Amino acid sequence: MLSIKNLHASVEEKNILKGLELEIKPGEVHAIMGPNGAGKSTLGYVLTGRDGYSVEQGSAELDGVDLLELEAEERARAGLFLAFQYPVEIPGVSNLEFLKASVDAVREARGEEALSSKDFLKMAREASKQVNLPADFLKRGVNEGFSGGEKKRNEILQMLLLKPKLCILDESDSGLDIDALQVVAEGVNSQRSPDRSFIVVTHYQRLLDYIKPDFVHVLADGKIVKSGDYSLAHELESQGYAWLKDQPADEAATNDVAEG
Amino acid sequence: MTEQIEKALQREYEAGFVSDIESDTFEPGLNEDIIRRISAMKEEPEWMLEWRLKAYRSWLEMDEPEWAHVHYPEIDFQSISYYSAPKSMKDKPKSLDEVDPELLKTYEKLGIPLHEQMMLAGVAVDAVFDSVSVVTTFRDKLEEAGVIFCPISEAVHKYPELVKKYLGSVVPQRDNYYAALNCAVFTDGSFVYIPKGTKCPMELSTYFRINEQNTGQFERTLIIADEGSHVSYLEGCTAPQRDENQLHAAVVELVALDDAEIKYSTVQNWYPGDENGKGGIYNFVTKRGICHTNAKISWTQVETGSAVTWKYPSCILKGDNSIGEFYSVALTRGAQQADTGTKMIHLGKNTKSTIISKGISAGKSNNSYRGLVRMNPGAAGARNFTQCDSLLIGDKCGAHTFPYVESRNPTAIVEHEATTSKVSDDQMFLCQQRGLDPEKAVSMIVNGFCKEVFKELPMEFAVEAGKLLEISLEGSVG
Repeated sequence: MLSIKNLHASVEEKNILKGLELEIKPGEVHAIMGPNGAGKSTLGYVLTGRDGYSVEQGSAELDGVDLLELEAEERARAGLFLAFQYPVEIPGVSNLEFLKASVDAVREARGEEALSSKDFLKMAREASKQVNLPADFLKRGVNEGFSGGEKKRNEILQMLLLKPKLCILDESDSGLDIDALQVVAEGVNSQRSPDRSFIVVTHYQRLLDYIKPDFVHVLADGKIVKSGDYSLAHELESQGYAWLKDQPADEAATNDVAEG
Repeated sequence: MTEQIEKALQREYEAGFVSDIESDTFEPGLNEDIIRRISAMKEEPEWMLEWRLKAYRSWLEMDEPEWAHVHYPEIDFQSISYYSAPKSMKDKPKSLDEVDPELLKTYEKLGIPLHEQMMLAGVAVDAVFDSVSVVTTFRDKLEEAGVIFCPISEAVHKYPELVKKYLGSVVPQRDNYYAALNCAVFTDGSFVYIPKGTKCPMELSTYFRINEQNTGQFERTLIIADEGSHVSYLEGCTAPQRDENQLHAAVVELVALDDAEIKYSTVQNWYPGDENGKGGIYNFVTKRGICHTNAKISWTQVETGSAVTWKYPSCILKGDNSIGEFYSVALTRGAQQADTGTKMIHLGKNTKSTIISKGISAGKSNNSYRGLVRMNPGAAGARNFTQCDSLLIGDKCGAHTFPYVESRNPTAIVEHEATTSKVSDDQMFLCQQRGLDPEKAVSMIVNGFCKEVFKELPMEFAVEAGKLLEISLEGSVG
């Protein structure tokens, strides 16, 4: 599904990603952990095409489509979704209006017919129930006056409606209490399917207790330095990232993931 | 990202075409003779001519105001033509069938079909082309309800007592430089009278079009809502795309007698000039209403056009318990300049006013809010609430707020809130990440910002205003 090769990227002329490799197959959930400043959020922004992030080298393909050639909105329409770490407010634009415009744009790109307002409203109500947001949140301005947890749940709501191929969750657990964390995780788990993949970016193993990843990668200094299965997350949790520095870069693990 | 937004803001001015219509146009110049000729063209009674000449003599002694936060080259008033009318209007067409089809086509092209069967149901239109009113629709239906809706030039003949009594009663001739000029040379505009206790059965609307080159448009609107009556009125305006600046100096007077209510909405889309400030309309307008006891006047304006705008629709809250409202969206882009706001003069007890102003600046434009709230000694228990929000798009534009508050009554309450925000990269990226192109994203964010004002517009026009902003923000991104 996603194939990243030798990706080098920079922000404001500072190199952040330095030869990152990652292969994700349909239906897989990959967790990316790593210390602050390792480039975790940058990876999400580079893949989704945020302005100001430039790619110097390498490639990133989604189902054979060269992502790096596309505008941000085209990548979104191709099935790439980023759940933001800090969702921004858009005052006066109702959530419903925003979601409808968004779903319309993505459906149009897929060659699907626009949903009628009635069908869309029904879908949106069901989705908001699923993430435990009262229906009146649909009428409120996008994230306007939402609490941290409500904003994160609103991101998941958008994911449920857009039905992307690949979802990147950028520290969706930060600032959440355990109840909100469970809602977010349940939303994600309900969307796991053989043709949808996830990249879960997180600092802590906690989220991974709820969203069980197939693979765990450690991103440090712009590269994947270690890959493994779920147990790696526990190891990191108990030993901290400093432990990695004493280990040689684990090329073999990366290759394993790439192959299998 | 800024670059992307800037691109999204570039657009064509859709109303910029010129109609090929033969006109009778005065040679440029301003003097007493010209005023006599305007008056003669309109076959005005002597008192009207005297009124004009008195205003002209006052104007000669007055100075152009310089306090506004706008800059433009000195206007040569002798290089402007003060009267222009389509030749075909000379014969005074009695029905639509006699009106030059080219004129009707112009309005159709602007989305204002004048044939009643094609029109928006429930909206009567007075169409003013350069210096004359071309046609006023649905007059019969309005007359049945006792409502008078006609060109002001006609009202001077037919309803001289009403005109004499109220013309200049809200905006005195010497009120300001441009108002005095308008009094001297006004050519046409709309006159409305709603009888006692009557709710006007339709929305009334005037559509102003400047077509002829080197002419100024000086329209005059007078609306009188008699006791307990109710009316909603809308004006729209456009002009061709030209390299020269053209002057538009209008005066609008509203009179809301006891218990009456007037809702006045404006969608102003004069040609704004090009990206570098070449051409465009100078929009110097005086609008004011007076509220008697328990009366209410509500101004709503959506200002997207004009090179320079200088405009402060105001309310004199004379009667006890009267209410004044001002809802404004002003969008400037390219090299546009706007200095706009309102004055709420509280004279009566328990008078209330609300001011909601939304300024959006893009390109290298300058957008100023200027507002005065005055609580006179008699305004016991009066209240005002003001909210001024500015939205900046890009980093070369300016937003300014000049609030003046004068309170001479200790029981009066004045509240003022102001915010300035930017269309942020984060907002743009969120929209794009959800599949929206940058154009759609900007227009959605801006529309959201204006929501509080749009909801005040009559239904048909709220849609129009939203579209207008979309057109204003439409561009060549792709």
